[in-house]
Amino acid sequence: MEPKVLPSFQSGSSLAVSAKKRKKWNVDQWLSFAFILPSIIAVAVFVYGFIAWSGYVSLSNWNSLVPDLSFAGLKNYLFLFKDFRFQADLRNTLFFTLFFILAVLFMGLLLAVFLDQKIRGESLFRNIFFFPMALSFIVTGVIWQWLLNPATGVNLFLKKFGLDSLWYTSVTVIPGIQWSKIQFGIPVAVIAVVIAAAWQMTGFSVAMYLAGLRAIPEEIREAARMDGATEFQIYRKIIFPMVAPITVSVVIIMAHISLKIFDLIYAMTGPGANFVTDVPGVYMFETTFRGNYYANGAAISIIMLLSVAIFIVPYLISSRKGES
Amino acid sequence: MAIRTVSRTILYLLLIVLSLFYLMPVYVMLITSLKPLDQISLSEMWQLPQSLDLSNYQLAFEKLAPNLMNSIYLVIPATLLSALLGSLNGYVLSKWKFRGSDWIFTALLFGMFIPYQSILIPLIQFLREAGLYNTIPGLIFVHVVYGIPITTLMFRNFYASIPEEMIESAKIDGAGIFKIYQHIIIPLSITGFVVVGIWQFTNIWNEFLFAVTITTSSQQPIMVALQNLSGSQIVQWNVQMAGALLAALPTLLVYIFLGKFFVKGLLAGSVKG
Repeated sequence: MEPKVLPSFQSGSSLAVSAKKRKKWNVDQWLSFAFILPSIIAVAVFVYGFIAWSGYVSLSNWNSLVPDLSFAGLKNYLFLFKDFRFQADLRNTLFFTLFFILAVLFMGLLLAVFLDQKIRGESLFRNIFFFPMALSFIVTGVIWQWLLNPATGVNLFLKKFGLDSLWYTSVTVIPGIQWSKIQFGIPVAVIAVVIAAAWQMTGFSVAMYLAGLRAIPEEIREAARMDGATEFQIYRKIIFPMVAPITVSVVIIMAHISLKIFDLIYAMTGPGANFVTDVPGVYMFETTFRGNYYANGAAISIIMLLSVAIFIVPYLISSRKGES
Repeated sequence: MAIRTVSRTILYLLLIVLSLFYLMPVYVMLITSLKPLDQISLSEMWQLPQSLDLSNYQLAFEKLAPNLMNSIYLVIPATLLSALLGSLNGYVLSKWKFRGSDWIFTALLFGMFIPYQSILIPLIQFLREAGLYNTIPGLIFVHVVYGIPITTLMFRNFYASIPEEMIESAKIDGAGIFKIYQHIIIPLSITGFVVVGIWQFTNIWNEFLFAVTITTSSQQPIMVALQNLSGSQIVQWNVQMAGALLAALPTLLVYIFLGKFFVKGLLAGSVKG
């Protein structure tokens, strides 16, 4: 299955298609519609309807066990943006997303290029890089919680080199500029979570890039070699530009995973001291289901949804247009 | 040629070092899970256990067994149902396209990217009303509904490779929508069902957010139980690691034996083509 990632915008053919499709509906066509109708209704209700309902809850006063759906305006949103914890969440999500995507892209491309060198034991290496994806984020969280525990393994190793890291228990924020209620900068503890997340998800970008590299015909490389290009030049001038659309896809998929991440952080570190590893997903869960602040929780979830939609909606629309 | 040999050696060395990094967590998980408590000291973390001690597994299994069963009761029907539904949807949206069907498909797809937090509060209200809250059937229902986008996408892409001429000539021979599905599509769908089945199995087995919010104690699937195990301070690391391995084992085995299909699903799930 060759990935055709984000095909370029094409138009013009859609008119002809719709003219052809405006034929009369026969029994089978009606039946086919009846087949997918339950799914359409289910998604309309359980995705779109429930999002609308969450949006409504986020504008209500329902911040206790007893549902109170009286209109509160933007009160819950205003509360969040002034809230220390939510400000910390935004900062953490920003840096987590940034480093996570960079790590996955860099390691993914590097390993894919390595694996593409006609090496021996390729499938063994490939499986070693892929298998973490079959694990649950919970399992990953439990293992890495132990691995990066300041009192254990990896740290003993690093201490021998004079590095003494607190990993996810560090409360340091670099550089820690005061901004509104929080210290803005890179929370050191987030790095530990990025390592675990990247360990699990690198396989995805390796698979994507490798499929992209394999789709490039050998003749193109041959021709470049004939023209005297070095291997390095071939990659830089020919191969990397050709796999660039894959980068767009990987960035979008990884960004949406990182913006809604919950289980890994919940299992590995929790919110952390001073909320240095907290993310909106964890905050939403705790405030809604542990604290009964339903309206606040709904507001967090709507902000999460909007942040994901910024990436996903253009992606879906452009791939739709490219397909027809 | 010398340069080539050197660079090949460096390439292999790098690959081996990186492989060791990716395997390290599994190595530590394994050896820790096999050690008795007095060997879980910091200085011995990387050392192999002095003797094989399976008591941690016994303990972890005792604690996780009921939840393991819950996961099995959840994952099998949920996977089958969502694969069937996906196949039907994929068939219609690839072979019985109508005006606007591509946009319906795109609108369906949006459902697989949303953060599920954004539907969770209404969903739980709904499940309470329907009497499905805190039940395995409730979780099955949730996974089937929210599995519609991804399974539809996978099957639609899969069926796109079945030539249109086959369908057209079947129609000319008088076959209707059911006959074509039964005699042409289904027999060609085996790989599709395997890919989608593995994908849904892995995702549903590993899923946590729905599991932790929709079920409590005795109804909880394995991942929630594992999280509770590691969340409690009483349970020791060696037991946690044994539990983590037990919880991961089904999906790991699926990956080891059917990894090719898993990766196919991975690529199909992220990409429209």
